[in-house]
Amino acid sequence: MTARHLLRDVKLGIKTLLLHKLRSILTMLGVVFGVASVIAMLAVGEGASQDALTRIRKLGSNNLLLNSVKPVEEQNTGAARVRMVVYGLLYDDERRIRETYLQVNRVVPAKIVRKEGRLGQRSLELRVIGTTPDWFDLVPRPVLAGRVLGALDRERRSSVAVLTEYGARRLLAASNTVGQTLRLGNQAFEVVGIIQSEPGQGSAVQTPDQEVDAYIPLEIARARFGDTATKVSAGARERELVELHQIIIEARSTADVEPLAEALGAMLARWHPKKDVKLSVPLALLREAEATKRTFNIVLGSIAGISLLVGGIGIMNIMLASVTERTREIGIRRAIGAKRRQIVSQFLIETVVLSSLGGLIGTGLGLAVPALITAAAGMPTVVTPWSVALSLGISAGVGVVFGLYPAARAARLDPIVALRHD
Amino acid sequence: MIGSRAVIELEDVRKTYRMGSQDVQALAGVSVSFLEGSFWAIMGPSGSGKSTMLNLLGCLDRPTTGTYRLQGHDVARLGDDALSEMRLRHLGFVFQSFHLIAQLTVQENIELPLYYLGWEPHAAAERARELAGRVGLADRLGHRPAELSGGQQQRVAIARALANDPGILMADEPTGNLDSATGVQIMDLLGELNEQGKTIVMVTHESDIAARASCQLHMRDGRIERMVEGRG
Repeated sequence: MTARHLLRDVKLGIKTLLLHKLRSILTMLGVVFGVASVIAMLAVGEGASQDALTRIRKLGSNNLLLNSVKPVEEQNTGAARVRMVVYGLLYDDERRIRETYLQVNRVVPAKIVRKEGRLGQRSLELRVIGTTPDWFDLVPRPVLAGRVLGALDRERRSSVAVLTEYGARRLLAASNTVGQTLRLGNQAFEVVGIIQSEPGQGSAVQTPDQEVDAYIPLEIARARFGDTATKVSAGARERELVELHQIIIEARSTADVEPLAEALGAMLARWHPKKDVKLSVPLALLREAEATKRTFNIVLGSIAGISLLVGGIGIMNIMLASVTERTREIGIRRAIGAKRRQIVSQFLIETVVLSSLGGLIGTGLGLAVPALITAAAGMPTVVTPWSVALSLGISAGVGVVFGLYPAARAARLDPIVALRHD
Repeated sequence: MIGSRAVIELEDVRKTYRMGSQDVQALAGVSVSFLEGSFWAIMGPSGSGKSTMLNLLGCLDRPTTGTYRLQGHDVARLGDDALSEMRLRHLGFVFQSFHLIAQLTVQENIELPLYYLGWEPHAAAERARELAGRVGLADRLGHRPAELSGGQQQRVAIARALANDPGILMADEPTGNLDSATGVQIMDLLGELNEQGKTIVMVTHESDIAARASCQLHMRDGRIERMVEGRG
C-alpha cells in the first residue's frame, strides 16, 4: 500500500467517523482524558522532583556536610545554675579530615556566632558564620555587590564582613553599605560585599547558608568571640563550648563521595561516640530523591495507564457495535472483491484515527492543565518531551490493540451471511 | 451474440450444508456450462438450490465436491483471498435490495470496485462519471442512495457492477424490489448490456422476467430439472 493510498484510506476513515460526530467524540473522550492525565501527572511529578533535585544540587553533589548537634544526654540534666556544655566538631577534626583522606579536595570549617549587630541606626541579633574563603567556592552564590572573603583577609587578619542578601534585607542595607562599619557585639567590621542567599524556606533540604546574616573570617571569629557562647533558655543560663559548628568537605569526584562518607562515618564513631556530630551526604539525598521520583513516576504512570486502558476498552466497545451495525456494508465490500486484510485495515485505520485524534486533543489538554496548576497553585510543573511522545505513542498503540479484535471480527464475517444481515 | 467459449463450467458440483446433526444437500450434482455472451435465468421454487448456485457461481462460496471453472480458472479449491480476487477481476453483482453503502455518495459507490483494484482517485472518478452517464444518472453523482428511487438505486448498483469491466454479471432477483414498470426498465438495461457482450446470470422466480433471458435453467431439489437454451 503506497503512502498515497494510506492517506486516502485515512481520509475515508475520518469521513466515516464524521458521520457520527457525537459518538466519535464520546468514544475519543476516554483516550483524551487518559493522555491528558498521563502528561499532566508526569508534569506535576517531574516539577516537584526537579524542584527537590535543584535544591539538593545546590548543596553540591560532591560535598559532604558535618554538623555539630547537641547530644541528647547533655540536655536538661544539669542541676547547677550555670553549666558548661561541650560538644561538636573540633578544630582537630578539620585538620584530621584534611590530612587523612586522599579523596578530600577541600575542607571548609564554619563557626556560627550569634551577636548583637548594629548597622547605622538598626540593631538586631545576627547569625554570623566565621569561615574560610573556600566557603564561597563550595557554596557558590552570585555576588551582588563588592566582594567575598579572600586569602588576603586571612593573612592580614582583617576585620571584614560579607552580608548575605537575607542579612542585608534585615539590616536595611543596600549596595552603598559596602565600606560602612558593621558592629558585632563590641567589635567593628568593615562590610566588603553582599552575596545572594538561598531563601530555602518550605524545603526539606536545608542549605548551609539558610538564615545566615553575614560571613567573617574564621580566625577573626575565633579571636574576637572565642569558642563559648551563653544561651538563655527557660530562665536558665547555659554556656556552650563548640569549636566548629559545621565542616563542609568537598570530595575529589562524585565517585569518591560514597567511600569518603563511609570513612567519615567510621571516624566519627571513634572520635565522637556521643553522637554530637551529624553527617549528611547531599549525593545520598539526591539518590534517594531520584529513587522517590522513579517510584512516583511508576505510580502515576500506572494510574494513567489504567485510564488509557479504560479509554481503549471504550473504543473497542464502540467499534464492535460499529462492526455489527455495518455488517451489510462489510458483506457488500467483500462481494465486490475486498480481501479480508482490506476490511481489517479499514476498521483498524478508523480506530487508530479515533485514538490518535484523542491523543492529540489529550496532549493539548495535558499541556494546558500543568500550566493552569502552576498559575493557580504556584506548584512547579515540567512537561517533558518524552511524556508527550510516550502518550501519543500509547494512544496510537491503544487504537491498534483495541481495534484489532473488532477489525478481525469484521473480516471473519462470511460475505453471504453478511449480505443477508439487515 | 453468444460466443462459443464457455465462461462458466460446472462438473458434477455438489454442495452439502450441515444443519444441526443432519447433512442437507443444497446441490446434488450439477453439470452445466454457460457460453460467453449468454443470458441465463435460473429459476426454481425456494429451496431448489438456486441461491446456492448463484453463491457458488459468484465465488462467494466453494463447492463441497466437483469442479468449477470460471473464465478458464479452476476456482473450486481457491482460498479466500484468491476468491476475492476472482470476484474483483471477473464478476459484477446486482442484488435484489441494491446493497449500496448508505454513507457513500452515488459516485463513491460506483468507485468502490476501483478502490479495491487500486485505481488512482481521479481515474476512478472519471470512470464513475462515465458509468453514471451510461445508466442515466449523470446528474445524481453527489446524492446518497437514500435520496434516490428504487429504480435509480438499482441503476447505481448496475453501474457499480460494471466499474471493474467484468465479463460476467451476477444478478439476484434484480427486479424483486421494484414495481413492474421500473423492473422493465432495469431488464432493458440488462438486455442492453448482454447485447454489448456481457454474460449475465440472473436468479428470478418471475417467469415474465425470466423470459427476457435467452436461456432458462429450472432447478428442483438441488438438481437441474430442465434447461431451455435459446437463440444465439
